[in-house]
Amino acid sequence: MLLIYCPYCQVERAETEFHCGGEAHIARPADPSKASDEEWVEFLYMRNNPKGLAAERWRHNNGCGRFFNAVRDTVSDKFLKFYKAGEPMPDLEAIAKEAGK
Amino acid sequence: MSQPFRTEKGGRIDRGQQLSFTFDGEQMQGHKGDTLASALLANGVHLVGRSFKYHRPRGIVTAGSEEPNALVGIYRNGDQTPNLRATQVELYQGLQSISQNRFPSLGFDVGAVNDWLSPFFPAGFYYKTFMWPKSFWDKVYEPVIRAAAGLGKPPKNPDHDHYGNIYALCDVLVAGSGPSGLAAALAAAETGAKVILCDEQAEFGGSLLSEASASIDGKDPADWAAETIAKLRAMDNVTLLNRTTAFGYFAHNFIALAERVTEHVSNPDPKLPRERLWQVRAKEVVIATGAIERPMVFPENDRPGIMLADAGRTYLNRYGVKVGNKVLVATACDTAWQAAFDLADHGVEVVAIADMRENPPESLISIAKARGIRVESGCVVTGTLGRKRVKAALLGRLMTSGQVASAGQIACDALLMSGGWTPTVSLYSQSRGKVVWDAEKGAYVPGKSVQNERSVGAAKGLYGLQASLENGYAAGEEAAKAAIGKSAKVTYAQATGGEAGNGGTLGAIPHDRNATKVRAWVDYQNDVTAKDVKLAVREGMQSIEHIKRYTTTGMATDQGRLSNMNALQIASGALERPVVDVGLTTFRLPYTPTTFGLFAGISRGDFFDPVRKTPSHDWVVEQGGVFEDVGQWKRTWYFPKGGEDMHAAVARECKVVRESVGLFDASTLGKIEVVGPDAAEFLERMYTNPWKKLAPGRCRYGLLLNDAGFITDDGVIGRLAEDRFHVTTTTGGAPSVFSTMEDYLQTEWPDLDVWITSTTEQYAVAAVQGPKAREVIAPFIERIDLSADAFPHMSVKEGTFCGVPCRLFRISFTGELGFEINVPRRHGKMMWETLAKEIEKHNGTTYGTESMHVLRAEKGYIIVGQDTDGTVTPQDAGMTWAIGKKKFDFVGKRGLERSDLTADNRPQFVGLLTKDPKVKLEEGAQITTAQNPAIGTPAEGHVTSSYYSPALDRTIALAMVKNGHALEGKTLYVPMPDGSIPVEVTGTVFYDKEGARINV
Amino acid sequence: MKRYSFLELAKNAFSAHQNWGRQWRAPEPKAEYDVVIVGAGGHGLATAYYLAKEHGIRNVAVLEKGWLGGGNTGRNTTIVRSNYLWEESAGLYNHAIGLWQGLSQELNYNVMYSARGVMMLAHTVHDVQVAQRHIHANRLAGVQNEWLTPEQAKEYCPPLNIEKNIRYPVMGAALQRVGGTARHDAVAWGYARGADSLGVDIIQNCAVTGIRRGQNGAVEGVETAKGFIKAKKVGVVAAGHTSVVMDMAGVRLPLESFPLQALVSEPVKPAFPCVVMSNTIHAYISQSDKGELVIGAGTDQFVSYSQAGGIHITNHTIDAICELFPHFRRMRMLRNWGGIVDTTPDRSPILSKTPVQGLYVNCGWGTGGFKATPGSGHVFAHTIAKDEPHPINAPFTIDRFRTGRLIDEAAAAAVAH
Repeated sequence: MLLIYCPYCQVERAETEFHCGGEAHIARPADPSKASDEEWVEFLYMRNNPKGLAAERWRHNNGCGRFFNAVRDTVSDKFLKFYKAGEPMPDLEAIAKEAGK
Repeated sequence: MSQPFRTEKGGRIDRGQQLSFTFDGEQMQGHKGDTLASALLANGVHLVGRSFKYHRPRGIVTAGSEEPNALVGIYRNGDQTPNLRATQVELYQGLQSISQNRFPSLGFDVGAVNDWLSPFFPAGFYYKTFMWPKSFWDKVYEPVIRAAAGLGKPPKNPDHDHYGNIYALCDVLVAGSGPSGLAAALAAAETGAKVILCDEQAEFGGSLLSEASASIDGKDPADWAAETIAKLRAMDNVTLLNRTTAFGYFAHNFIALAERVTEHVSNPDPKLPRERLWQVRAKEVVIATGAIERPMVFPENDRPGIMLADAGRTYLNRYGVKVGNKVLVATACDTAWQAAFDLADHGVEVVAIADMRENPPESLISIAKARGIRVESGCVVTGTLGRKRVKAALLGRLMTSGQVASAGQIACDALLMSGGWTPTVSLYSQSRGKVVWDAEKGAYVPGKSVQNERSVGAAKGLYGLQASLENGYAAGEEAAKAAIGKSAKVTYAQATGGEAGNGGTLGAIPHDRNATKVRAWVDYQNDVTAKDVKLAVREGMQSIEHIKRYTTTGMATDQGRLSNMNALQIASGALERPVVDVGLTTFRLPYTPTTFGLFAGISRGDFFDPVRKTPSHDWVVEQGGVFEDVGQWKRTWYFPKGGEDMHAAVARECKVVRESVGLFDASTLGKIEVVGPDAAEFLERMYTNPWKKLAPGRCRYGLLLNDAGFITDDGVIGRLAEDRFHVTTTTGGAPSVFSTMEDYLQTEWPDLDVWITSTTEQYAVAAVQGPKAREVIAPFIERIDLSADAFPHMSVKEGTFCGVPCRLFRISFTGELGFEINVPRRHGKMMWETLAKEIEKHNGTTYGTESMHVLRAEKGYIIVGQDTDGTVTPQDAGMTWAIGKKKFDFVGKRGLERSDLTADNRPQFVGLLTKDPKVKLEEGAQITTAQNPAIGTPAEGHVTSSYYSPALDRTIALAMVKNGHALEGKTLYVPMPDGSIPVEVTGTVFYDKEGARINV
Repeated sequence: MKRYSFLELAKNAFSAHQNWGRQWRAPEPKAEYDVVIVGAGGHGLATAYYLAKEHGIRNVAVLEKGWLGGGNTGRNTTIVRSNYLWEESAGLYNHAIGLWQGLSQELNYNVMYSARGVMMLAHTVHDVQVAQRHIHANRLAGVQNEWLTPEQAKEYCPPLNIEKNIRYPVMGAALQRVGGTARHDAVAWGYARGADSLGVDIIQNCAVTGIRRGQNGAVEGVETAKGFIKAKKVGVVAAGHTSVVMDMAGVRLPLESFPLQALVSEPVKPAFPCVVMSNTIHAYISQSDKGELVIGAGTDQFVSYSQAGGIHITNHTIDAICELFPHFRRMRMLRNWGGIVDTTPDRSPILSKTPVQGLYVNCGWGTGGFKATPGSGHVFAHTIAKDEPHPINAPFTIDRFRTGRLIDEAAAAAVAH
């Protein structure tokens, strides 16, 4: 069971308080009617699914209810960064370097 | 004589407390403090079990949780537990134990014929045969194999015991209470850090409890351990957990411990759980799990009476039991010598120490000589004699050529062996650390830490009492420092004696016997021999994982704790590759087998999953209503009266609703309050329908899609004010609709000024439906004009019900005049009982979900999840009317434009009438154009709902049928096992097609 | 290849089993192959076997980064069944069942396919509706599946608790009698031995590090830990690691890889005669021939390649097992492990050509790939050999996610109303 830091509540809590919302920073096309089939399938279904650092969404379901983002290493399951929704995607390579990977 | 192998004095057993127990029905005596194993040995019993495959007689090999052979069944109060290790079962008065995997008895086991046939049963033999004739596998071979396999008998009755669960946080968790664990716990605790110390054994102290020749601070090591424990026990910041195994190390320093609470007690307090699961989040972990001695892989090394040297020493020093009268010690390392010395000091005849090393330490030899023990160096055991108990050993001399020369036979009734030590790296490995090969120690030891843990003492291959203590203190200090940033001054205790020994061997022991004939066991329980490992390699198995799976070595209930390193060395030799290149199998949790009940905890019966009840629940129970499970909810299914079956009750309920009035508990429907200046805009984007022009006080049916374009939910949404909507969802869909809304709101449209709140639990909802609905509710409603003009169909207003605030909806899921009254949940019972009484005056009825389904089906209303299944679009469902044509966007709009969703030939929602009005279709039945379709004919669709309609006095059905809307009036077929049922495709509204009844 | 038989076993017993040959070779890679399969799990090995056996393409290498059969093939709960709802799925899995039935003889390797029956429990009215729909659809499709009352279910599986007072009482079950289990390792080993004997090179400890494409975009070969290997065609069958491998060719897929746990109990004498699954309360259980109860748990909620999951997932599964089989509460867990399952949005696999010429992919089996092993390999071999799908796997394209022509088994089960 992971230990997750909610950047809104500013506390660490057990994973069972949270719901994982999958890959982060996938924007829904602003005008879906103008999106091509390829763009729409990219938004709906295509995922990086990286082995290594991943930016992903979490929601503090049984807490503040807010969505936030996290960078996690999908091999070790270690979290390297938590940040609020709306903040830009961090530089994963820089984070990896800092973590000494 | 009772307990003939009990020493005259010594040991940590309570000689004043005699306990009786039975083994295979035979009554024996032991003492408090004994394990079943030590008590059996005290009675001279070595033969305690039969091996898995060859049914070889087997004895006790170890004194710990790694025991592969001495597995027993324990019976107690009608409960039976198989496969418990006798070495871990604490003796209590009246304990009943039985041996396993033998028939008819332990002494005479017909399964032992397998041993004679063993030449035909090498590793993996079953992959090569039992294939002919084909049908024999399931019918003949497999049942025979299955009956022969398995160890103990499975429990026959539901478990009477209960289990507990505790979540805990701590600064430092110490697993293991040997010298390094105790030192670590003390050092950490002195800083004030919150410490949990656990040990799998009944008594804290680990190896200190059987160490007779050393001292710590001038004290007996066991006394020092007891004093240290007392010191820890007195500290508020320390939790001591004995009989507690740290069995799992999960991500983010989450450790699972299994505490055995009552298993050792003769008459357990029924209030106490049998076991308790501790789920601990530790800031730092100290792994002090020690090391395990390795067996020596010599021919016939599996006879009862052959055990590990340290186990022999433990039985002697800790339990006061002599493992035999004439003991041979075979070793490759120093530590086993001490076992020989201790035995000799207790008057046991040690017939010889056979050390395979050419030059064992002179110091040891001189001690042996002083005790008159014969010492043979460069000497190995090459075989043993005796069937149910070892009676002699063959010795061999290791020649410089590498050959072995026979060195005669020596009589013995016990043989203690030591191939050296293997650090217990399981927890470290579970923490996802990678072990590294230490060639000098001949062992895998912990490498870099990947979580906040450190291994200490023997668990990392560091031996010797003084070194272990020092390492433990230092690790405890470091751990506390890392966890809470504090240090404390701890005086390190000083040990004398208990020096680290040298030596050790891995793999098969050389011998002078016929290598193709003799067997030397690597994995005792699973009957894997050195030859099997070599065979696997010969057959091309190169990875240790393949060798393990092919031979099953290391897959027994000891999970290879005794066998892995020997198997690895043998494989390495056969592959002619260094050990480190052969790989190491992964250490899996749990560290030792862990009771299912422990994981399940209190999750049983109603605690298995929360039960959600509506306000009418108790009333319904009193009335004898029948419930159905819908998600976690209990919903009333129907209300049988006077012995009615479901069919009769539903027919009556439906009829009464259409004729007068019915009362239905709709509290389970999901409810979401959507509030804010952009509330209408938000709903506009979420739902297919338009919302901006909906006037306050009015309702609209809302249809929700996912962005793929498929229907996921529906419900009526009422606008209470410009900026406030009351959204309802399906019962099952409530949580997912709410979280989907939160998702879009927070992450796609954070610009919208809207708040959404789940209010499902805030309101109790009663639906009153039927021509007399208005009359029923009128006496209780205030501040709302209920007249048809003032409060038409699809209206919502706030008022009071019996003086409590309510939200009143005029909506209908039956096609009749209908109201849904929402009151604060705490008034739900009052509302229900008030209305239930009131409807009686109008000859009304309460009705359940089944009648609700029938009534809505008569009107062709869909049930999302039944008529739709996640692959249905609004067009398919005949609900294009629900799509706001001019909307810029809504969830699912773009998805709906994809080619397959606009394709011809999609299933569409239709009605079906069987040609014979009495025939009711089965829900889920398939629909074809051909009357007698051949197997493999693609279906045209399927029946989604099917009922007897009391209003029509015939059956009706709803279905999804390809191009169904164009097929109205056509005949299709529903093929059933006993013939095809012809049906006519119709519209979906069967009753009151013009909808007159709803607008009254 | 020396054929296995009881006679051969007996003969070898008299030579102390010294003369058994290798089950497969350990070759060094050649410079070039007609087809390179990435991933020596059951599906990959079966693909190679059928390429050689049925399509005469024998210049084939199967590259494996670890040991063959070491991924999900060796980590699953070995359940075999085909009672899927949609014609596309039922067609694929039933094709596999047909092959399972003669697989031991086909491979001359006892894969212990044991048709002991798979029983899927219904606990709610909704479950009953879904199960009935499956049974009707299966009957029309020629897939064996039948309805059992709770009493019949108990008769078929005596340990089952059908008391009405439990939290989710059993309302009935769908039984597929031809469903059952097979010995997972033996499936990989049997295909490996079969493929090897037909000339296929199985190269273990040889990770693929890149997929080389030519000027025209077509596949030219793979970069590996043992150097570049030229190949006309490359089939990727890498399960949980498919996204990683396909990324090397610049192909994006709608996949996410989740940890899936399973566990076994200590071995006991026969206690459980069939396979029981409950999708509603998440319990999957059978007993192996060794006597261990084999139990499937759920997936964690996040993408991970760790091959380890949380204890709360295990707890939940054992809750359900103990609820349905209260006798087993005193049984003990012996071993718990994790696999990495690659999951598509519609929970159905992709068995398809890709936008890259000469590159084929077989992935997305989620939690249920083992049962399809022979069928999957068979039709994937066809797809690679003919450069066009077999009719059975034609619907399982990547393009279905664009068009919306999903094969959504999970959606068809829907949620309770």
